[in-house]
Amino acid sequence: MLPEITFFILSATALISGILVITRRNAVHSVIWLIVTLFAVGGIFLMQRAPFLFAVQVILYVGGIMVLFLFVVMLINLDVSVKQAQFNRQWLLGVLTAVALLAGLAYALYKGGDAFALAHVSVAAAAQGNTQRVGTALYQDYMLAVEIASLLLLVAMVGAVIMAKRKFE
Amino acid sequence: MIPTHYYLLLGTGLFAIGVIGVMTRRNILIILMSIELILNAVNINLVALSGYFGAVDGQVFAIFVITDAAAEAAIGLGLFIALFRNKETLNADEIDLLKW
Repeated sequence: MLPEITFFILSATALISGILVITRRNAVHSVIWLIVTLFAVGGIFLMQRAPFLFAVQVILYVGGIMVLFLFVVMLINLDVSVKQAQFNRQWLLGVLTAVALLAGLAYALYKGGDAFALAHVSVAAAAQGNTQRVGTALYQDYMLAVEIASLLLLVAMVGAVIMAKRKFE
Repeated sequence: MIPTHYYLLLGTGLFAIGVIGVMTRRNILIILMSIELILNAVNINLVALSGYFGAVDGQVFAIFVITDAAAEAAIGLGLFIALFRNKETLNADEIDLLKW
């Protein structure tokens, strides 16, 4: 009973604060609600026995990316855009398209969801520990992908510096 | 024990919210935040299916998705600073220099 209650509280928090992210007028409020959503998603990770990913979510997403967002939102002057219209002209069409997409996906999950009703957890998996397994997979099976990801981060770092420089010489 | 398709449904809902945000908002900062919502929905699905199959590969992919999100946020916010310096606007429908 307790896992169900926890799941519904966490998912309601994620969905409601997600809706608040896209409806707030002030971008700072949106960032704060996005942080709430990220914490709820982290709790969902924890429920699925992925504690390493929960730590990554809190440290990297909330502690890194969201602070960067908050920094830029406060750097860019938003007094003007708070008073302007917040939604564009084709908002009704956009909402209808997204709701149609949601209805299609939810119907497919409703019809075929019983195929994966309950997870089969292997005993060996639980014995070894999540962080150890993730580390082994990262540095053995996915080593090339880790290298490519590090190169991507380097490119992004250089690109951000170039982009935010005051003048192109 | 929560059935796996509940997690997938939650991911679908969060994905739809993110898509609505991308398609309806004018503020480019909030469009970028909606993209973060979409990436989180993808992560929920990856971790749910990783737990369902009893393998750890989905979690590794979720780490790569988070890496991607970090790179994208850094580049995107740098672009916005450059854009705001030149155009003095944050609305996506006013940035139409390539439209004629």
